Amino acid sequence: MIRYITRRLLFAVPTLLAISFVLFALLDLAPSDPTGQLPLTIGPEVRAQIRESLGLDQPFAVRYVKWLEQFFVNEPLNVVEKITGLEIGDSSGRLRVRSWATRSPVVDLIVERLPQTLWVVGLSYVVGILIALPIGVFSAYKQYSWFDQIGAFVSMVGFSVPTFFTGLLAILLFSVTLNWLPSIYDTTHEVTDLGSLWTQLKQLFMPVLVLAFYNAAQLSRFMRSAMLDNLNLDYVRTARAKGVRERAVLLVHVLRNSMIPVVTMIALGVPTIFGGAIITEQIFRVNGLGQLLIVAIQGADIPLVQTLTFIFAVLIVLFNLVADVLYGLLDPRIRYD
Amino acid sequence: MNTEPIGESSRAAHGPEGGGNHARGRGDLAATPLLRVEGLTKHFPILRGILRRQVGAVKAVDGVDFHIQEGETLGLVGESGCGKSTAGRVILRLGEATAGRIWYRGEDITLLKGKPLRSLRRRMQMVFQDPQESLNPRMTVGSIVGEPLLEHGVAKGRALAERVGALLESVGLAPNYANRYPHEFSGGQRQRIGMARALALRPEFIICDEPIAALDVSIQAQVVNLLEDLRERLNLTYLFISHDLAMVRHIADRVAVMYLGKIVELAPVRDLYGNPRHPYTQALLSAAPGHDPRVEARRERILLQGDVPSPAAPPPGCRFNTRCPKAQALCSEQEPAWREVRGGHSVACHFAEG
Repeated sequence: MIRYITRRLLFAVPTLLAISFVLFALLDLAPSDPTGQLPLTIGPEVRAQIRESLGLDQPFAVRYVKWLEQFFVNEPLNVVEKITGLEIGDSSGRLRVRSWATRSPVVDLIVERLPQTLWVVGLSYVVGILIALPIGVFSAYKQYSWFDQIGAFVSMVGFSVPTFFTGLLAILLFSVTLNWLPSIYDTTHEVTDLGSLWTQLKQLFMPVLVLAFYNAAQLSRFMRSAMLDNLNLDYVRTARAKGVRERAVLLVHVLRNSMIPVVTMIALGVPTIFGGAIITEQIFRVNGLGQLLIVAIQGADIPLVQTLTFIFAVLIVLFNLVADVLYGLLDPRIRYD
Repeated sequence: MNTEPIGESSRAAHGPEGGGNHARGRGDLAATPLLRVEGLTKHFPILRGILRRQVGAVKAVDGVDFHIQEGETLGLVGESGCGKSTAGRVILRLGEATAGRIWYRGEDITLLKGKPLRSLRRRMQMVFQDPQESLNPRMTVGSIVGEPLLEHGVAKGRALAERVGALLESVGLAPNYANRYPHEFSGGQRQRIGMARALALRPEFIICDEPIAALDVSIQAQVVNLLEDLRERLNLTYLFISHDLAMVRHIADRVAVMYLGKIVELAPVRDLYGNPRHPYTQALLSAAPGHDPRVEARRERILLQGDVPSPAAPPPGCRFNTRCPKAQALCSEQEPAWREVRGGHSVACHFAEG
């Protein structure tokens, strides 16, 4: 297993290098201009100077290699320094990937935004799973029952109605009409006591609910079909013939086998948490990673977009590996090495 | 109590019959039969349309009567799709009967539910057809075989491991196989695992649902010999479902022939093979190849025309009349009565006596 993981990680290196090149080249080819949003009164020679100060006058290859060095060497070194408090080499002179818009290091911006995204999007993912699994299991067990029919209808709605609609609907209901919950997520809010925890939960409720509903809609259908695949198999009948209690038949035999594809699916979905939920974050004014990305794209902040998208790529490659490893752990028929 | 070898003596002591270690009674009609079914019927509804209304039913099993004496082996033969496996499952209460009654040792088990049904599982077991599909791929052999013991509170911990080892040994597998997974075994070995699992609770009655159909011919004999051996050692009663006429002849005491959800002929094995009365039985027997090429060369085969009619719409009158070489006008009008033509030899054909 360890050999397999090592091999996969080694294979990931060329893959990620290729991805980084494609991302860099694509963004470079895009007709965006970091000075494009400056007032028209600023002359062309000033604009050229600004570009020069950003390093844009250098050839593509040089910029790419420098970005590689900054991302793969300088930034990790910086993280190590921060954690251990040591100083490795010339730490103040080392170039970091900097945002063009804010001039602060991109990694610092990401670290700043990560907690909000993890709280809102991560929690919605967990809540979505917790809602979806029991619904999927029960829908499959009582296939074509009224519960299953309603479940199918609700998932269809959750699946097809976009979050900007359900989000606004929730705001309209809970904030405007009922006036129960705040419509804006306050990032500066700190949880210090029970009262502030309650405020935090109140402001988390709507974005988490909207996203969880969307996630659960897909996952519950997937869980249901995975259960149905197994429910009619012979070994389930064998379990019943053994005299195993119906609940144990369902939970021990069927569910454990059905969870194999579902767990894979859940693991593959984890990177989307870090990608943030661009639309939902916009609606509820959560300044998370999704919002960071969209603002960076609008402002042609290329280093920020590059770094963010590349981190997503790393996470996707990583969680693909996690999914494969989990699959091997859950299914004894699959052996790696 | 969990460590003694699995043998006749220990099973008799534990059996729910309280030491009634009957001799193998061939056709002992005086005693209460171990199992009796009457008018057993299983229809699968056909649902159509937006409202999923029932528009018909697949009559998989359509009024089946028979009984099995303790210690006896009843063979149930018929071509695929005739309802023999469904009958086996309904008898074992793995499916609900649409109509009819099932008695086990004189007790009506047709509508048993919950706890009494689970305790019935200790006495009746099934060996399934497909040894690949019928074992949970994510459980070790040890937990597959041991689960019934754990679930019924018979043994746990070390005693359980010992029992599982003894069970595996009793079907000719090494006890240390318990830690492996089903996919690591061959078809024949997997079928032995399925048998060890079925034997775990020391049942007295086992339904063998085509236990050898999925196996190589070279392995079939081994498994059948093991079934026979276990029958002698543990005083088991079998309902042996198969389409292999030669194998049924070898293992069964009496044989029932099924066609399109109904039993058309039932007789002691010698009678049925030597003097078949129903044209369907005759056709089946004539189609079964023998081992002697000289006999084979002279064998007269009755070739049946056409396909088996759909069990959703069986033909009126005798169900076999569409393919029967001896069919007459009467056959498509009136259903033949199920009657005994000789001692223990029953048949449903208008011209059985002719």
